[in-house]
Amino acid sequence: MAKRKETALRTLTVALALCIVCSVVVSAAAVILKPAQVTNRNLDMKTNILAAAGMLEPGATADDIEHEFQRFEVKLVDLKTGEYVDPASVQAKDAMSYDQRRAAADPALSEKLNSSNDPAGIKRQANVAKVFVLEKDGELQRVVLPIHGYGLWSTLYGFVSLKGDANTIEGLGFYSHAETPGLGGEVDNPKWKSQWPDKKVYGEDKSEPMIQLVKGGVDASAPNSEHKVDALSGATLTSRGVQHLVNFWMGERGFAPYLNKLREGEV
Amino acid sequence: MAEVTAKQVLFEPIFNNNPIALQILGICSALAVTSSLNVTLVMCASVIAVTAFSSMFVSVVRSQIPNSIRIIVQMTIIASLVIVVDQILKAFAYEISKQLSVFVGLIITNCIVMGRAEGFAMQNGPVLSFLDGVGNGLGYSIMLIVIAFFRELLGSGSLFGITLMPVVNDGGWYQPNGLMLLPPSAFFIIGLSIWGLRAWKGDQVEEADYKMSRHKTREAF
Repeated sequence: MAKRKETALRTLTVALALCIVCSVVVSAAAVILKPAQVTNRNLDMKTNILAAAGMLEPGATADDIEHEFQRFEVKLVDLKTGEYVDPASVQAKDAMSYDQRRAAADPALSEKLNSSNDPAGIKRQANVAKVFVLEKDGELQRVVLPIHGYGLWSTLYGFVSLKGDANTIEGLGFYSHAETPGLGGEVDNPKWKSQWPDKKVYGEDKSEPMIQLVKGGVDASAPNSEHKVDALSGATLTSRGVQHLVNFWMGERGFAPYLNKLREGEV
Repeated sequence: MAEVTAKQVLFEPIFNNNPIALQILGICSALAVTSSLNVTLVMCASVIAVTAFSSMFVSVVRSQIPNSIRIIVQMTIIASLVIVVDQILKAFAYEISKQLSVFVGLIITNCIVMGRAEGFAMQNGPVLSFLDGVGNGLGYSIMLIVIAFFRELLGSGSLFGITLMPVVNDGGWYQPNGLMLLPPSAFFIIGLSIWGLRAWKGDQVEEADYKMSRHKTREAF
């Protein structure tokens, strides 16, 4: 290999040329592949929503999912008042493009929680949430709500789907978490998730959410068993996290005002 | 440097000079991405692509690279390729790219890639370097596939996501080995396969760094 004389100028030229070539390659890849990536991300979210609502057929294709998802109406809810809000008020083009996770990091669109009112360990909460409503002939069939909170190692992100009475759970699932595989990671286990359908979030007076994850199995004949779900074995902290986050999001600071209005037929 | 043939650079790294088993490089990703075979295969393909192309590009420009910034130049080429691979995965294999998460990005720091660029591509032609990259990627892949085979089979009772041994949690009979789902289990499998490989190919056994002195018996008094 012929050794060339090294000068500062030459070093700089080579570095500059390399940077230009590499940045062109990288940005070209990013720009060209962006549409496919966005489609994937949206499809993934729709899949998760349908899965939580128990509307996902095994082996459904992308078209099936799109088609099934069309039945949902995407809406934005102000968590404090429980009223629907206009996408423009949260600087979003339309309801679908509103990013709740990003809003939670924006001081203008979110509120800081302190230790006393933050059982789910989320630190900041967006003022407005994106919900998915399924109506048939003007009658509420299902509403899918985004929930998240801290488990043992990670924040669990998921959806809970409620039936038309805004009280009975249709399904619950997490699409993103990093809990211990085999222990806390069993929140993904279909067998565990199959306990959630038909559980009731609220008691008779519809005030406080009463979901509990209990150890040692649920006796179906015991009182309040409709609020109880068997905890994950070997994952006390993940189970506690799930209980806290479900109750937080179903509670006064979460979707309770909205669900009350929904039940009364006011929104 | 002695003449090397294309066949040598391609196949030597698979068993005779395996990057994981003999050079002990690239262990971190071998632990992280081997809990299921599907994910492992995608990771292997990505690493092969990155090592092969980065070695090739480094080799093409090797006579232009000023010696003082050669590591940074190699790093930039590798990093660009990794980003491209990551973008492609996100566009065409979204599910798997979600499971691989940061580990695609971490190919940048995979010592095998850098090692081949600095150790081989800087001295050899583009074609040979490309093959060397493929060969080392294959050597890495073989080990990963072996690890993933055992981890998925014993940890989840399945291969490629197809259940072979129904696990107790789903009403089957197999009580899965939870350790196999956790990264440290890969250490055991890597260790055992290094043992196996060195029993087969005795010349890979390293000489001990020190000798134990003879045990001296001391009479009780």
